[in-house]
Amino acid sequence: MAMDDVLRANLLSPITLAFVLGMIARLVKSEFALPKDVYAGLSIYLLFGLGLKGGVELAHADAAAIRWPALATLLLGVVTPVSAYLVLRKLGRFTIADSAGIAAHYGSVSAVTYLAATQFAKAAGAEPEGFLPTLLALLETPGITIALAIGAIGTAGPRRIGEVMHEVLTGRTMVLLAGGLCIGALSGERGWEMVGPFYESKGAIFRGALCLFLLEMGVLAGARLGDLRKVGPFLLAFGILMPVVHGALGAWLGTVAGLSVGGATVLAAMAGSASYIAAPPAVRMTLPDANPAYYLTSALAITFPFNILAGIPLYYQIARALAA
Amino acid sequence: MTHVTCRLVTIIAEPVLEDRLTRELASLGARGWTVTDSRGSGSRQLRASDEGAGIRLETIVSEAIAEQIVAHVAAHYFASYAVIAWTTSVDVVRGEKYV
Repeated sequence: MAMDDVLRANLLSPITLAFVLGMIARLVKSEFALPKDVYAGLSIYLLFGLGLKGGVELAHADAAAIRWPALATLLLGVVTPVSAYLVLRKLGRFTIADSAGIAAHYGSVSAVTYLAATQFAKAAGAEPEGFLPTLLALLETPGITIALAIGAIGTAGPRRIGEVMHEVLTGRTMVLLAGGLCIGALSGERGWEMVGPFYESKGAIFRGALCLFLLEMGVLAGARLGDLRKVGPFLLAFGILMPVVHGALGAWLGTVAGLSVGGATVLAAMAGSASYIAAPPAVRMTLPDANPAYYLTSALAITFPFNILAGIPLYYQIARALAA
Repeated sequence: MTHVTCRLVTIIAEPVLEDRLTRELASLGARGWTVTDSRGSGSRQLRASDEGAGIRLETIVSEAIAEQIVAHVAAHYFASYAVIAWTTSVDVVRGEKYV
């Protein structure tokens, strides 16, 4: 597929279109929004299903096949928050707190971007490795921790870092994803036969739930669009270019570590994504002087839409070029 | 019934602060509190949470503890967080419960 075919296929997928609809609904000031509890329920379903299936795959994956991708993921978890921090601090001239706060979001990972990338890769015929949810769990924590540590040391000393670690490690994403991985690995194929059809990521229910979730993400992103004026051109460019740099790095490291084109695409999307569930409360607690308008708007209103609309197809093309 | 006059301290804060605030209230001497979800807007329009979501924390304490709580909140939270706090007089029965 040529790039414009890939882009078109992505733009016309129901997942992307649902996201766009959510944004439009918000822009025309529709009263529509997913009820909060439905949104929370969908995210539980998606994360737990992701963990379960990943755990089953992990149980019969070859340890040697995971070792290098896992190392590549941890390396990304260390490099991305530091690179984001340095770019913001040195080039963007942001304060230490703002730079570290934004870097915590870009160092961590967005599970929805991961899911969208997985669906994209599958639709493009490049099935990603089954153990990738394990990598998602690995990438969640280090980025936030490293960026917050930089910020805490740079501002008022490492106060409350224990409280924040607790918050990050016991958050919804970690409990459901890491917990699901353990249950999946322990119960194996036989366990999967019992509950699998409900969670099957290739199945209609899972994709339908993802579609609804993206609809609400569109509403959330649309709500932040008005703040784009406040963040300035530097952050706008950062929110698009930093994911491309991190994504290319992820695709390259993934390819070197032996991942397939699909796997490298998804790892690239993980590296290029910015967290907006685990990172905001952690940043708010540790770095109160970091302006939420900066980190929320860049993660939610710039980087997330960019990745969903154009980033993922771009990472796929990069991964394909690297594999060839 | 005998009424005793106490202070009702009301704090509106960002939801991320709930655990920290209730821990600190306890250590300052509050014997109980009520937390409810709230919505609203103020001088800091953009928060780190859902749009306008907040918590409303109420506790009935003695005059002295009320002053300590407000001073503590002012010193630790007013500068960086979307937090407001005020006190009012309330007449309660079973005054020994609160002070």
